[in-house]
Amino acid sequence: MPVITYRQALNDAFAEELERDENVFLMGEEVAEYNGAYKVTEGLWKRFGDKRVIDTPISEAGFIGLGVGAAMMGLRPVMELMFWSFAYVAYDQIINNAGCVRYMSGGLINCPLVIRGPANGGTNVGATHSHTPENFFANTPGLKVVCPATPYDAKGLMKTAIRDNDPVCFMENTLLYGDQGEVPEGEYLIPIGVADVKREGTDVSLIAHGRAVLTSLAAAHRLHEEFNISAEVVDLRSIRPLDEQTILDSVRKTHRAVLVDENKPFCGVSSQIATMIQEHAFDDLDAPIQRVCSLDAPAIYSPPIEKQQLPTADRVIQKVLAVC
Amino acid sequence: MSATQPKTPIVSVARAEKPKTASSPVDYAKAPVNANLTPEQKLGFLADMLRIRRFEQASLKLYQQGKMGGFLHLYIGQESVAVGTCALMGPNDHAITAYRDHGHALVVGMSMNECMAELLGKATGCSKGKGGSMHFFAPDKRYWGGHGIVAGQTPLGLGIAFALKYKGLKGCCLAYLGDGAVNQGVFHESLNLASLWNIPVVYIIENNQYSMGTSLARSSAIKSCLAERAAGYDMDWDLVNGENLYEVRAKTWDAMERAREKCKPCVLEIDTYRYYGHSVADANAKKYRSPEEIEFYKQNHDPITLWENRLKEEGVATDEIIAKIDKAAKEETAASVQFAEDSPFPEVQDIFDDIYYEVDMGTEAGKTGRHFFND
Repeated sequence: MPVITYRQALNDAFAEELERDENVFLMGEEVAEYNGAYKVTEGLWKRFGDKRVIDTPISEAGFIGLGVGAAMMGLRPVMELMFWSFAYVAYDQIINNAGCVRYMSGGLINCPLVIRGPANGGTNVGATHSHTPENFFANTPGLKVVCPATPYDAKGLMKTAIRDNDPVCFMENTLLYGDQGEVPEGEYLIPIGVADVKREGTDVSLIAHGRAVLTSLAAAHRLHEEFNISAEVVDLRSIRPLDEQTILDSVRKTHRAVLVDENKPFCGVSSQIATMIQEHAFDDLDAPIQRVCSLDAPAIYSPPIEKQQLPTADRVIQKVLAVC
Repeated sequence: MSATQPKTPIVSVARAEKPKTASSPVDYAKAPVNANLTPEQKLGFLADMLRIRRFEQASLKLYQQGKMGGFLHLYIGQESVAVGTCALMGPNDHAITAYRDHGHALVVGMSMNECMAELLGKATGCSKGKGGSMHFFAPDKRYWGGHGIVAGQTPLGLGIAFALKYKGLKGCCLAYLGDGAVNQGVFHESLNLASLWNIPVVYIIENNQYSMGTSLARSSAIKSCLAERAAGYDMDWDLVNGENLYEVRAKTWDAMERAREKCKPCVLEIDTYRYYGHSVADANAKKYRSPEEIEFYKQNHDPITLWENRLKEEGVATDEIIAKIDKAAKEETAASVQFAEDSPFPEVQDIFDDIYYEVDMGTEAGKTGRHFFND
């Protein structure tokens, strides 16, 4: 099977969907002539032209709103935010318009829109550029939120997101764009709302999404090597809709859960997962649920310290050892 | 100034300097879009204005009776704007507005029944009781709402027009906003994008002089004109006397033609006036402006009275004909109130419909994973 980068996997997804459906277009800052600030859209403008791959001014509220309006008319816009951190200047458009227009019209309208871009810390760009807002958007009924961790998932989920008839917030990660992984040639789709067990285990469930999945896998490897603990790693892949069954199946098998989440801890994604586990699998638990989140402060700039602010394998191991 | 003398109305310079209908140097009745109007069409405009007014008066009464919740932003006084503009829409033209959305809804063809039922939060409402006064939609009539956040609809109008151009359809989007919305950043972003990309959108500022309780003089750095802001984006703009239906139609039609034929966007500022508060809940509606000012507009600038007078001058209408039209509007309104009162409320379980298309349609995507997180 070919090995390609996460970036190339997304690029392939765009190319295939642009080819497949003329209603699909890409829009965002530097997506066309510049080839993408992170080169995710490289070569697409040259191949598909001005109509399908469109550079915007720095005007997120304006062009995201445009995308919502165009989606209401049946187009399938794929809107890039150079960082999800910039979504905050387009918040009204995403929450009130993309998220609520179907409801407020009593189901007369739907909004087949993808808003995508990186949402991660760890690149020493300070608090304003390091937000992980998946909890904010997943808190809005009407929006879907997807956070792929691997090239394979990125491609399969992106193709599904573009074909979905509801607005999808697709959160990537600049630290993953260069990661390589096996991606089959040709068409495949991954449903939104299906988690993936990335590593089987019997002693503890590490439940994560996005880059925290890789942190969890690294921790699981060391737990096995150094402590003879068998950790299972569940990759949520999608935050909303959420695959509760896979989470519960894993917890019922291992009886312990450590939630690994780049969100800040207060009202983060892992808060919801913890509540859900105690509601549905309390009697299966042999220990309190543990969480490893980003340390609860704005993202610090200082490069060596920012590494410590994000979930680390060391912190995951500490939490696992506390309950195993 | 004696105590009995009315205070000078606060009017925008645009209105104050503009020639009134009678002395207008341009006879907009002779404009191509007006020259061939039949008497029936002219009476139809009157009927629509009266339908809006009677609908709004009835909804005010229901509000005061405690039969609806939330806000109610009445269109009374501004009827000539919706009638003069929405009635120009062709098969590829679309409209979107803010929360003062009842007038446009009735002109594009939404029924009084579905609108009145929506106000009462009934399942038979246009949004099944999920949207309320500020959120009327009829995509089948190319009417895209009904939006509650000031200026939030302005980039949506841009996107609708973008989609028309993308699909190669010769049409435009009429995107309405109030005078208060011109100070929101997203409106300016929309203007820049519209002009930069030649998107066939016609922004229509319904300038009723007050953004809630704040007069134009207290909200805009440029006092004389709001549409002129378009000049900063190398975009066409024009001022329109909202009390002259012929002028509203003529200038809007010109803007629509430029949009449809040349993909040239435009900002029109239509001068108008609302008789009631920002919403019915606006307790200070007669404090930030004088009761005399409101009365002055009712007496001298009422768009319905002016149109009636015009039609009488033209020999198109008589008092009897007008009374008959008004009677029909009142009857239609009364029937809609009855319909709304008789309609059922939605059920609690209906709360969970109309959130995700895929769930509503029962597709595989809608069945995958958990979408709602109730206990």
